Amino acid sequence: MDADELRQRVRQFLATHDPATTQRLTFLRARFDAGLAWISFPEGLGGLDAPRALQSIVDGEFAAAGAPDNDPLRIAIGLGMAAPTILRHGTDAQRHRYLRPLWTGEEVWCQLFSEPGAGSDLAALATRAVEDGDCWIVNGQKVWTSMAHAARFAILLARTDPDLPKHAGLTYFICDMHAPGVEVRPLRQITGEAEFNEVFLTDVRLPDSLRLGAVGEGWQVARTTLMNERVAIGGGAVPRESGMIGVVAGTWRDRPDLRTPAQLDTLMRLWVAAEAARLGAQRLREQLAAGQPGAEGSAAKYAYARLNAEISGFELEFLGAEGLRYEDYPMRRPSIVDWKQRPPGYRYLRAKGNAIEGGTSEILANIIAERVLGLPAEPRTDVTVPWKDLPR
Amino acid sequence: MTLLYSDVEEELRFSVRQLLAARAPHAAILRRMETDQPYDTALWRSLAADVGCAGFAVPEKFGGAGASWREVATVAEEFGRAVAPVPYLGAAMATAALLAAGDEDLLPAVAAGQTTAVLVLPFATPPGAPPPVTLTGVADALAADILLVPAQDALWAVEARDAGLTPVGSLDLTRPLADVALDDPPRRRIGDLRPALDAAYTTGAVLLASEQLGVAQWCLDTTVEYLKTRHQFGRPVGSFQALKHRLAELWVAITQARAVARYAAGCLADDDPDLPVAVALAQAHCGPVAVRAAEECVQLHGGIGFTWEYPAHLYLKRAKADAIALGTAERHRAALAALVGLDA
Ligand SMILES: Cc1cc2nc3c(=O)[nH]c(=O)nc-3n(C[C@H](O)[C@H](O)[C@H](O)COP(=O)(O)OP(=O)(O)OC[C@H]3O[C@@H](n4cnc5c(N)ncnc54)[C@H](O)[C@@H]3O)c2cc1C
Repeated sequence: MDADELRQRVRQFLATHDPATTQRLTFLRARFDAGLAWISFPEGLGGLDAPRALQSIVDGEFAAAGAPDNDPLRIAIGLGMAAPTILRHGTDAQRHRYLRPLWTGEEVWCQLFSEPGAGSDLAALATRAVEDGDCWIVNGQKVWTSMAHAARFAILLARTDPDLPKHAGLTYFICDMHAPGVEVRPLRQITGEAEFNEVFLTDVRLPDSLRLGAVGEGWQVARTTLMNERVAIGGGAVPRESGMIGVVAGTWRDRPDLRTPAQLDTLMRLWVAAEAARLGAQRLREQLAAGQPGAEGSAAKYAYARLNAEISGFELEFLGAEGLRYEDYPMRRPSIVDWKQRPPGYRYLRAKGNAIEGGTSEILANIIAERVLGLPAEPRTDVTVPWKDLPR
Repeated sequence: MTLLYSDVEEELRFSVRQLLAARAPHAAILRRMETDQPYDTALWRSLAADVGCAGFAVPEKFGGAGASWREVATVAEEFGRAVAPVPYLGAAMATAALLAAGDEDLLPAVAAGQTTAVLVLPFATPPGAPPPVTLTGVADALAADILLVPAQDALWAVEARDAGLTPVGSLDLTRPLADVALDDPPRRRIGDLRPALDAAYTTGAVLLASEQLGVAQWCLDTTVEYLKTRHQFGRPVGSFQALKHRLAELWVAITQARAVARYAAGCLADDDPDLPVAVALAQAHCGPVAVRAAEECVQLHGGIGFTWEYPAHLYLKRAKADAIALGTAERHRAALAALVGLDA
């Protein structure tokens, strides 16, 4: 499947589904069924087994035709994490049940991984799932769960065997967020609003058909999720100045009254760093498309976390007195994270989360050092003992 | 435009790396540095003529290989990686000047690697500088057969033996500088100065970025290998997180430098309209990365890194000299600001 063939397919599709007259959801479902959703997925599951690198061509054609999209920011966790995991580790029945409404946005997903006692050390988590006939009974507490208040389903990591070492006793589930015993409470965050939540799971019954992968293989399944999370956070082909740097460069161009010579060099340092990161991510995508190996996805996420923090911090200082204003603290429940539409203060504060969510920058540095550079791991005492005997 | 290497480039890299390992090991470079033959002209002839480095970017009608500057940039990475004492950079800048001037007399011999022409330009010339008045601190002139000299709005070819070349005590002994004095020597006009100088400068800046990438990569690779084996406190030093994080960060910067250097080489090869931005970006990013890599290399080797015998200092000196060569990062940031519409 090459670019021309794909363009042809999109045009054929548009000829029979006029975006102007087709109802949004009907349009999206039909696009999925035509294999033009995520083209690298298999046929019958929204794709055409086509190279992932060509996705931007398809998206571009649809956008140019004024077609509705699936509001990717709103369903980022589903698209970036749940979907690749279900595709790789799910049963046929699970793939057919969940992937289509996930992609169309009819069902929003969230990620029930982190817990009060298990963040960076995710494998230490304590939420228990106990087998009961053909069901699992789940008890525990999750935290920092983004968009749980909007979610229909969750990817859930739980402990099924506390007698095994921590990585071995985990199992991966799909959690029905409407099941009795699932309680979502808002957690107000640094920006004043509550994107994320704590989620209490009390005697939640999940049928065994919601298990993803084998019992005890939860850690392997979770690694698929985490790798994709980092690629998703760092990735996406973008033109120059389309990230946070574009916003600040725009402010600079609009506000000659605020400029100082020293600030120009600071801005240019950031501009250079942003452009280098952009080209670095572009090269990474080329490598992935060419099938060249890469635990390197972590690099893009690591770079963007720092850049976003520095650029948004610069933006506030550049604005000076205006940077002191912030009128956006009242508690709200957003359904997307869209820093472009929000004030500079929000950008500065929200960017702090970039270095924490999806693996902290410290953890990513560990991953790069060990998996990419091959440096020896620090001596560890926690990987061979049974989970229940770990100090906590 | 791809930011990856082609198979041809990978093969080229391999053969150049092998040749450099055989002919210019660090011990040999260290010995040569303090002799009166600091450049290895025999090695350069092999690279230029036998491997064909001198002619990659020259069209076939001038006796070149009709490939592109992209291939030359890949080789420049290897020259950096080996801190090779060869005059490739001055020679490439001269080749670019000759191509821009459309000079057909010198190009065939230059492309064949029989004659080494070197552009006479103070090595520290920043972007956008006017043509030089004094010809001091010139790189690679000591290894030249022919000097291309800017004077009175034109570029002139002068036999190196007809010019007065005074070696300069140099920070980087693997690329020693010279002051050039001319006492009305016989000369031949090559062409108008500005286009030739601009082409030479741009080409030099692109290749220098690839060289800086090679320097940085050697420093990272060598440091990582050392820290895997060096034990202190009963464990490999490389298992200490304080060091792992520094190296991870350096790796990220080098990964980006590779993309940036490849982008600049691609823009030069394709004559892309974004070339001026790509060049300024490459010079603003790659220079500081190479310096950081070399400084980390010295520091993380401990006492060994501070010795004359261990090659870390060759890379530090090369990296620092390269960061000043053709303008510091700050000068390139200023140039970039104007190019992308960010005014003071
Ligand atoms: C905005 C936001 C959204 C989030 N959304 C979700 C979500 O939807 N679902 C979900 O499951 N989780 C989510 N998280 C949670 C996130 O994944 C965790 O916060 C993160 O993994 C860190 O865990 P922690 O908060 O427990 O910090 P800790 O792990 O306690 O870390 C504390 C500090 O110690 C450092 N540290 C820890 N271990 C090491 C080590 N080995 N070496 C060096 N430094 C170390 C960390 O880098 C950090 O600086 C979200 C977080 C944020 C901020």
